[in-house]
Amino acid sequence: MDLALAPETLARWQFGITTVYHFLFVPLTISLAALTAGLQTAWVRTDNEKYLRATKFWGKLFLINIAMGVVTGIVQEFQFGMNWSDYSRFVGDVFGAPLAFEALIAFFFESTFIGLWIFGWDKLPKKIHLACIWMVSIGTILSTFFILAANSWMQHPVGYRINEERGRAELTDFWKVLTQDTALTQFFHTITAAFLVGGAFMVGISAFHLARKKHIRVMRTSLRVGLVTVVAAGMLTAVSGDTLGKVMFKQQPMKMAAAEALWEGEDGAPFSLFAVGDVAEGHNDVEVSIPGVLSFLADNTFTSYVPGINDINKELQETYGPGDYRPNIPVAFWSFRWMIGFGMASFGLGLLGLWLTRRKFLLPAALRTGEDEVPKLVLFRNKALSPKLAKLYWITALWTMLFPLIANSWGWIFTEMGRQPWVVYGVFQTRDAVSPGVSQGEILTSMIGFTALYAVLAVIEVKLLLKYVKAGPPELTEADLNPPTRIGGHDEDADRPMAFSY
Amino acid sequence: MELHDVWFVLIAVLWTGYFFLEGFDFGIGVLTKLLARDRKERRVLINTIGPVWDGNEVWLLSAGGATFAAFPEWYATLFSGFYLPLLVILLCLIVRGVAFEYRAKRPEERWQANWEHAIFWTSLIPAFLWGVAFGNIVRGVKIDADMEYVGNLWDLLNPYAILGGLVTLSLFTFHGAVFAGLKTVGDIRSRARGLAVKLGLATAVLALGFLVWTQAENGNVRSLVAMIIAVVSLVLAIGAVSAGREGWSFAFSGVTIAAAVAMLFLTLFPNVMPSSLDDAWSLTVSNASSSPYTLKIMTWCAGIATPVVLLYQGWTYWVFRKRIGTHHIADAH
Repeated sequence: MDLALAPETLARWQFGITTVYHFLFVPLTISLAALTAGLQTAWVRTDNEKYLRATKFWGKLFLINIAMGVVTGIVQEFQFGMNWSDYSRFVGDVFGAPLAFEALIAFFFESTFIGLWIFGWDKLPKKIHLACIWMVSIGTILSTFFILAANSWMQHPVGYRINEERGRAELTDFWKVLTQDTALTQFFHTITAAFLVGGAFMVGISAFHLARKKHIRVMRTSLRVGLVTVVAAGMLTAVSGDTLGKVMFKQQPMKMAAAEALWEGEDGAPFSLFAVGDVAEGHNDVEVSIPGVLSFLADNTFTSYVPGINDINKELQETYGPGDYRPNIPVAFWSFRWMIGFGMASFGLGLLGLWLTRRKFLLPAALRTGEDEVPKLVLFRNKALSPKLAKLYWITALWTMLFPLIANSWGWIFTEMGRQPWVVYGVFQTRDAVSPGVSQGEILTSMIGFTALYAVLAVIEVKLLLKYVKAGPPELTEADLNPPTRIGGHDEDADRPMAFSY
Repeated sequence: MELHDVWFVLIAVLWTGYFFLEGFDFGIGVLTKLLARDRKERRVLINTIGPVWDGNEVWLLSAGGATFAAFPEWYATLFSGFYLPLLVILLCLIVRGVAFEYRAKRPEERWQANWEHAIFWTSLIPAFLWGVAFGNIVRGVKIDADMEYVGNLWDLLNPYAILGGLVTLSLFTFHGAVFAGLKTVGDIRSRARGLAVKLGLATAVLALGFLVWTQAENGNVRSLVAMIIAVVSLVLAIGAVSAGREGWSFAFSGVTIAAAVAMLFLTLFPNVMPSSLDDAWSLTVSNASSSPYTLKIMTWCAGIATPVVLLYQGWTYWVFRKRIGTHHIADAH
């Protein structure tokens, strides 16, 4: 059969397309849920209307986004059974449990309380309504945890044994699956990276309005929240990423070597900035690198030995028998760089923005701005940036707001592609995982179906987001400012139109 | 009773929860064309399920996830075997969820009308296909010695399974009409009751045919009891709604759904997916289940989480207990 259309290839493409697509919505959902909840908390505590307007504005964008996240998540739950039935049979005893936990504990939480939040503005007292969005946020974070525990088990299987008779992996220690270092660092890294996405999103959209001097009061606050989020999350993403790299170096040395296109092992291995290799020959033709850095990333010293792709491949052949245990090297190499590059560029811009818009700290009184003024951008003491440069900053912030999202996608492509040819590292190979009974035509049908539908929905979603971004925060109504004091709403309001309806 | 038997029951409970809850919201989706006369009435119907449809759908994800964890072989055979029908269900559920959330986000009539068409079809098709799927599970499909489904799409579209699909479609639409009667006020409420009686009678004919056929081919004493409960409660549900007692009617239509699911699972046991080729190749609670350790952990999780879920989901229905009428829908949209 034509290799390009082999069921395994198609199933992998489908998994890649549907999962990367799903994960475009996930990080924004995780971070915007918490950020919206934070803004609503500020409204409940201070009664300052700008916070309520901010909550409604970012909450609306959050809802447009989470709708897509929820529906594309359904596919994830069933795709294992549809395209990867032999994988499901082999790992279900271990892998199924965190998935079921996610549905029963996290997903119910999120989906039920989101309904209460959307429709609850005129049905719930202020504080209970606030609690609902926090419940949604907790739900998203729990969900992240269980899913990453499942994925970490594929990266580094623990707490299981192989039952030869049934031909499958069986769980022996669930606690270990949930708390192994891979799961914890991956969780930390994914959550911080998600907040980097939400922070940059807030900064970009606030910059858009501030550059036009619109909705200043709300956008000033949002810009601030966004910038602080970007800087804090960016820093933590780097720290957690570094930890994860060291974990990976120990558990999946091949992935680390592939990330660097390091063909032969070296003491004081370099971090290459750029390389063009020849997979068949097993070496790089062109390479620009900084000495010692890879050793540091892997092991915290600049001199330690890092094994190369060829060494590890030989080692794996001795352990697991003949075969090629190399992932796609160019994909691993470049995805690793794009992940770091896009993520850290966004962090750097956030740091710059936070400095440019600093408040009283180190800022002369003449340059301080009031609640209704666009903040002056001040690079050096006593002098605001020229309007041209200021505009350049706002535009850059707007156009780079999706950088962390790109970094997230490449991060996942790296993690999953770098593990190949394994689906469960060292235990089960991807080629053995596909559904034997599903035909090429069936997989092709579903791949085309999902891809076409997702493309159409992407257009609709982006258009809708743009409409609401441009519209800016809504004006508040009487009802917004006078929420009910009892659950279910007041009886005298029984015939009033609903505050929100589909 | 061993743990895998407990899990057989729990899977049945999760499917019952799914069909009970998403059953009426599928029904409401179908009724946007059968019952509503204009845009405002369609919106009244959609808003009766607005705050809850998403939580209802999670019962499906729980049933799926729990099957994966407790009966990996069942999950693998079922979803790779019923590939294309499941694909259609998934595509429908994707569009349906987006349709609810995006419909009101633009005021243009065409935009909203398009999403309303989508809501109708993406409610109707899964409501039908779930019945087809369960009909096939109960009847038995071509499963070989390796637990792989070896039939094709046309094998799944047999008369018995199609009748099963018509039963779920009409039962859910009836259940939805009763729910509409319970949750709306004004003209639409009385029309919902009238339509519910007609739908109930149609359901009774179809369901009687399907359940008797099931009982005759695969039944046992316990499934007969469940069948009688299903039929009696359906009759009571029709009687109650024609007498204007929507609350009672809804409770009885819920019992009908639960008893019908119970009946199907009782005819299955101890199989989970019988093979029509050779009895020895059937998937059973013991050869398809996970290890006792996994089942134990899952039992703890489900035992604690499910009651809590029922509590807060129940609370949601209480928060949104007020009936909705056309006067509650703002003109702005």
